[in-house]
Amino acid sequence: MIVKAYSDYVCIHCGESCNGKINNGMYSFCCEGCMQVYLLISETDVCDVEQMQKLAGIRPKGRFVQDKWNYLDEPTIARKLVNYQDSKHTHIQFSLPQMHCSSCIWLLEHLGRINGAVVSSKVDFDKKEIVVVYGTDKLKLSELAALLDYIGYPPAVSYKDNEKKETQQSNRNEIIRIGVAGFCFSNIMMLSFPDYLASDGLDEKLLEHVFSYLSLGLAIPVFFYAASPFFIQAWKGLRQKWLNIDSPIAFAILVTFLRSIYEITTDSGTGYLDSMSGIVFFMLVGRWFQLKTQNAVSFERDYKSYFPMSTLVIKDGMRQYKTIDKLDKGDQILVRNQELIPADSILKKGQALIDYSFVTGENEPVPAVQGSLVYAGGKQLGTGIELEVVRTVSTSHLTRLWNNDVFQHNKNKEESFIHPWSYYFSIGLFSVAIIAAIYWQMHDPTKTWKAITSVLIVACPCSLLLSATFTFGNLMRIFGRNDMYLKNANVIEKMGDADVVVFDKTGTLTSSSGSAIQYEGEVLTEEEMLKVKTIALQSNHPLSKILSSWSEWDSLKETDDIHGFKEIPGKGMEANIGGSIIKLGNHGYTWEESLIEYTKGESDEGAVIYVSIDGKAKGRFILQQKYREGVFEAIYQIKRSIAAIHVLSGDNSWEEGYLRHRLGNDTILKFGQSPQEKLEHIQSLQKNGHKVIMIGDGLNDAGALQQSNVGISVTDLSNHFTPACDAILSGKQMSKLDGLFNLSKAGKAIVAASFALSIVYNIVGLSFATKALLSPLVAAILMPVSSISIILLVTLLGNLVARREALK
Amino acid sequence: MSVIIILIIASLFVASGFLFAFIWSVYKGQYEDDISPSVRMLFDDTPPSDSTLNSQNP
Repeated sequence: MIVKAYSDYVCIHCGESCNGKINNGMYSFCCEGCMQVYLLISETDVCDVEQMQKLAGIRPKGRFVQDKWNYLDEPTIARKLVNYQDSKHTHIQFSLPQMHCSSCIWLLEHLGRINGAVVSSKVDFDKKEIVVVYGTDKLKLSELAALLDYIGYPPAVSYKDNEKKETQQSNRNEIIRIGVAGFCFSNIMMLSFPDYLASDGLDEKLLEHVFSYLSLGLAIPVFFYAASPFFIQAWKGLRQKWLNIDSPIAFAILVTFLRSIYEITTDSGTGYLDSMSGIVFFMLVGRWFQLKTQNAVSFERDYKSYFPMSTLVIKDGMRQYKTIDKLDKGDQILVRNQELIPADSILKKGQALIDYSFVTGENEPVPAVQGSLVYAGGKQLGTGIELEVVRTVSTSHLTRLWNNDVFQHNKNKEESFIHPWSYYFSIGLFSVAIIAAIYWQMHDPTKTWKAITSVLIVACPCSLLLSATFTFGNLMRIFGRNDMYLKNANVIEKMGDADVVVFDKTGTLTSSSGSAIQYEGEVLTEEEMLKVKTIALQSNHPLSKILSSWSEWDSLKETDDIHGFKEIPGKGMEANIGGSIIKLGNHGYTWEESLIEYTKGESDEGAVIYVSIDGKAKGRFILQQKYREGVFEAIYQIKRSIAAIHVLSGDNSWEEGYLRHRLGNDTILKFGQSPQEKLEHIQSLQKNGHKVIMIGDGLNDAGALQQSNVGISVTDLSNHFTPACDAILSGKQMSKLDGLFNLSKAGKAIVAASFALSIVYNIVGLSFATKALLSPLVAAILMPVSSISIILLVTLLGNLVARREALK
Repeated sequence: MSVIIILIIASLFVASGFLFAFIWSVYKGQYEDDISPSVRMLFDDTPPSDSTLNSQNP
């Protein structure tokens, strides 16, 4: 009766942990791909063509719903999805979140062997996408989707499929900028090399001229193309009358470039083009390092990506698909098992049992009677139901949360601590330049300009920007390795500043797979079990509802033979079922005449229900939510050294005792919280000056996630729906939460350390510059040495901290 | 010494050839997905044709 933990199953083929649902009777597999490949290999030792043909025989069966995908054949929907179509071929791109191993790639790229109509299929593993080319008249889109679903990769179809293209384009430009800057930098460096070695310029004037002008020619693409992001950012800052971190850099690049042009054209020197292009190159690498985030993860989802694209509408007895944004009041819709209710509606026909856990955080499904209102976002369990829409999708109860102010504007962008630093740095720099200018004006006016420009060239604050970009870029990669994906680098800093961590309970502290029930005591016969189930079904008490939905007795059919049911609130209930008195409730009520004593205490196991039949004590059920492994240990560590803990749950309070016991008395626990109340709780914390991290999973946390300083979504599969947030954390990593927080706290210290190092370089450089002695050689040595040593330092420190926190 | 000028210009041309190859590869999307190609090359694979089928089932 003990429920087996998921981690007990390991895919025999690729070694990933899995849930054991996919198996061939002997071994478990993580996906259909692995099973097929494993079977092929074990049968024949080699994948040969003949074996491949066997795959062609697989047919949809079991719980699989073929018409689930029929809506894709609707021309208006298909047009949104298809990339290209002519009379022969159709190209379509699907997102397949289940793809996760090399066997998946193998199976998906051999779709053509399973269904002959598929001409080619190519996957992009990084983005978890597949592009399929198939014969337009040989295969319907719905059939293709059904095929993918059948082999274990249900396509994730949602409205927001077209958004990705733009970021892809800008990423490409970023890479090309690095390439151009690197190319020009290395060639200018090569051309400048003779100049470094000859102390008073080259003997041959012609060579010097050619080298200088070639360098200038190479510097032009660096200045105008590669460095353009810095100029654009600086210009944006200046227009808002704010000296941002890019403006001194842009200024330094500009000054260096102009002075180099002046020196070269007047034949008074060779300029500092090598330093300039080098700086641009290193900065671009730093930016890219920070920009490279997970392609497969999306942070901007709202309710639209949670809902299906379309729903089945019944009109004049005909069934047809309608996209959900076109749903009107009065439409009759059909919602089948495991489907989402797209809009607030009235139940017209059928047995509704609706799981709102994702919307409200309540764990247990709610039955609804005909004529009652059911809310959008609930998932129907059981048979199909017919509904009449009463509110359109965008005005439904759930989606109204998105009309709240917090969703209207982007999160208020708090400036990073780097910005004030860079501001003071710039001011200090300008004062040094002015002092040097005054000094030289009095002693040797010809050197004034040389001194000013030298100061600006050598002391550019890029080392500051470099240390920040590389530190946070490196930390982001470490977070990524530990299955925590950050939206951008600012999140690290904000996470490090937080002093309150707010947890959601359902799906966050607990894993989403419901509660575990254990029975102890005298073994019940099947008839007795049936009687216990029947009485458990009578009550609305949450514990009794959980007990009645125990999977162990799914197959039992409850009886109608029930008399004299009575429920005593806070104690239990009893009834005469099939001639015997069944009592279910707490210890004192149920077992008043009993002599059996259990030695174990109640509270550390979860909730307990005692059962007696005909006055005879039988045993007890222990109900326990499955809390994530190690989560309480992590919380303990956080509480001790990092931040205060609050737990907000949409669920009722039956587990309060247990949670209180595990979390301690200094934790604030709130139950029965609506999404709005969660949001308000965060707001009131912030009003009192707290910086709040919210950790949640469902739509019910979406408001709180948005309101908090850092919103972290917890998910068990990286492909599952997650509400808009700043970071996505894999549920398995909840036990490492304290380490992750410590790492983000360390980020600031690492930046400070590397900044101190860069100050040393700046002092050395400035001492040359203010004396008007800055030779191109000094600049050319100082620049790469400082950049590279800073990069090494921050990478090393970041990795050290990660190791100390036992992170990957 | 003027030969060095020709050599440098020649070397710049060669180098810019590589730069353009790089830019071309970026636009071809070769830096988009760095996982599946590495797996794909391990599939020893010839598309099934009638002749191979026949040769295996004489």
